[in-house]
Amino acid sequence: MHELSIAYSVVEIASESARQAGARRVNAVYLRLGALCGVARGALEFSYEIAAAGTLLEGSTLVIRELPARVYCPACQREGDLESVQHFLCPHCGAVTGDLRQGREMDVEAIEVDLPGAEPGTERREEPEREHGDAGTGDSQGNPEQER
Amino acid sequence: METRVLEIRKGILNKNDEIARGLRERLHACGLLTINLVSSPGSGKTTFLERTLRSLRERGKAAAALVGDLATDNDARRLAQAGVPVRQIHTAGHCHLEAQMVADHLAGWDLAALEYLFIENVGNLVCPSSYDLGEDVRVVLLSVTEGEDKPLKYPTIFNSSDVAILAKMDLAAACEFDLGAAQANIQAVRPGMLTLTVSSKSGEGMEDWLALLAQKRMERVERR
Ligand SMILES: Nc1nc2c(ncn2[C@@H]2O[C@H](COP(=O)(O)OP(=O)(O)OP(=O)(O)O)[C@@H](O)[C@H]2O)c(=O)[nH]1
Ligand SMILES: [Mg+2]
Ligand SMILES: [Zn+2]
Repeated sequence: MHELSIAYSVVEIASESARQAGARRVNAVYLRLGALCGVARGALEFSYEIAAAGTLLEGSTLVIRELPARVYCPACQREGDLESVQHFLCPHCGAVTGDLRQGREMDVEAIEVDLPGAEPGTERREEPEREHGDAGTGDSQGNPEQER
Repeated sequence: METRVLEIRKGILNKNDEIARGLRERLHACGLLTINLVSSPGSGKTTFLERTLRSLRERGKAAAALVGDLATDNDARRLAQAGVPVRQIHTAGHCHLEAQMVADHLAGWDLAALEYLFIENVGNLVCPSSYDLGEDVRVVLLSVTEGEDKPLKYPTIFNSSDVAILAKMDLAAACEFDLGAAQANIQAVRPGMLTLTVSSKSGEGMEDWLALLAQKRMERVERR
């Protein structure tokens, strides 16, 4: 099980950014995991608590967004999400295609932190920003269509 | 107190990936072809590698091997009998190799004098798939005793590999191994993957494998 070492890397990356920003605490960490990234979500969630203990991230929420495997189909010249990573078939026309365009991602997208603010007492919570169309971190509980 | 969201957008394995990138550049500069062998425990990686190293040596090719093992140096001792440089990487409980471990164990070797570098990963069909070791070719072994449906159970590692080796073919009949089904399952998770059938005991399929190595190495040298 390599999820524990993955979890330690997540904590390291998040702590470093949090420290640089002068944060006191990390409330949440937003990850995105491709369907073929090789990490088991449950094992990572379990490991995360252990890795976060005693750090700025202790008690924070791990928010995972799952990305489906996406292929390009040369037959219909379109991209589409695989229905299953066990069958590399174009979801539009059923042609076989191995041209993977998305699915290996394993990234820390963002962290939500508490910064020592100018006006104490006026706490403000923001939703994660949606900078890019595909980079939304708000749909936190992942893609329900995702097969594992 | 103010709550804010900070964008990070960083690969979790970013550190390993950077080390692997540097390693690959270094190995390419020496004209080396690097092969990362992955499989479940006991699929026959060491036996296959022993035979490969022996054959390469007989043909005057310069090869070396690194072998990852959780606890023992048995595999390294076996491989050293092929008469080529071999080093053990003790992973101290880690279920996979990382690029830094490979880089650390190359110290002192004259890489420019080598043509092939083999890395036997820890026997595991899950963890090694996420770790780039700076290899050119990732080879996944599937032995006939494991069942034809392994690719469907472990699509990630099969999809991330470049070549599949169906190993222990000498036992195929005894295991009622369905070659067609195994090949179909490999193609289902990795369309177009080159698949070879071999037996490290009888030597079946070794010529095709050695020819593939020679071809890949030539491509490597031409691209240098
Ligand atoms: N009949 C037969 N047995 C084989 C063949 N290749 C390997 N074996 C046997 O399979 C067993 C495991 O082989 P290894 O080469 O040690 O397997 P491995 O993948 O290196 O194992 P780990 O490093 O522990 O993951 C040994 O008993 C080998 O003798 C083969 O082609 N035919
Ligand atoms: Mg071995
Ligand atoms: Zn199509």
